[in-house]
Amino acid sequence: MIVFDKPHALIDVPLHYCPGCTHGIVHRLVAEVMDELGIEGKTIGIAPVGCSVMAYDYFNCDMIEAAHGRAPAVATGVKRADPTKVVFTYQGDGDLASIGMAETVHAAARNENITVIFINNAIYGMTGGQMAPTSLIGQVTQTSPYGRDPKLCGYPIKVCEMLRELDGPEYLERVTVNSVAHVRAAKKAIKKAFQNQLDGKGFSLVEVLSSCPTNWGMTPQNALKWIDEKMIPVYPLGVYKDRSATQEGGNK
Amino acid sequence: MAKLTFKSDNCKGCGLCVSVCPKGVLRLANDKINKRGHHPVEAAYPDQCVGCASCAMMCPDCIIKVER
Repeated sequence: MIVFDKPHALIDVPLHYCPGCTHGIVHRLVAEVMDELGIEGKTIGIAPVGCSVMAYDYFNCDMIEAAHGRAPAVATGVKRADPTKVVFTYQGDGDLASIGMAETVHAAARNENITVIFINNAIYGMTGGQMAPTSLIGQVTQTSPYGRDPKLCGYPIKVCEMLRELDGPEYLERVTVNSVAHVRAAKKAIKKAFQNQLDGKGFSLVEVLSSCPTNWGMTPQNALKWIDEKMIPVYPLGVYKDRSATQEGGNK
Repeated sequence: MAKLTFKSDNCKGCGLCVSVCPKGVLRLANDKINKRGHHPVEAAYPDQCVGCASCAMMCPDCIIKVER
């Protein structure tokens, strides 16, 4: 009996990510969800700019490459043009929380019926480890060699907390993939985000705290520990908004 | 007994699978180098494997197939 194998929706090619980068785990979870929901043939993914720019080479569904940060806008167009398709975006923090913040907030405010997978690794990975809007206070990066100073660079942006205040979005959850238990929880969240879209409920965003061993300057194992020790206290895990659950709860 | 199969050429030797295996089955093969230039993972004690698939769940490159 096969207990575990590569999902069909993930193309069998080597990923270009650095050793120990958890992008690969999230790719696999998205592919597993596509397999389980049987939506591979009608899914259209939107790739971002960033480390995951080549996500279009890895998913076994139609993919579009959006301009930097504009994935939710492209997804909006695709979903409105053909509402029978399942549309998801896969974006990093430099893409979604920085240059693409306007598109993200407005897609959420309009409650577009799309699924957003948001990878937060608190750094710009592809360009070589510069400070991102999500970098932690005191975090050393290429452009904050003495640690992020809030007087100069402000404070980290907490996307789930910020979007929660909007009336639009249907579902917001923050998960991580730094242990087997967290990977299982992350898959559940991603599956719910896709199921919400199939049910026509609206904008679902899953924020995944991810590691960047190369630019954090750590071993892959220590990077996973760093998520536990440093990132989760700043970015607490949990469901930030689940509108239909709240409404059902209110009706009881 | 569980059976592990590795696509060793895609392994990047990050060792996440080694660190999460509850039975200490896996190790990085320091005497081997795959075509990407990494020391790939191998099952040092395959008969200890219980087929929990923790290694496969944490493998970023999805190179592990687990059968039971």
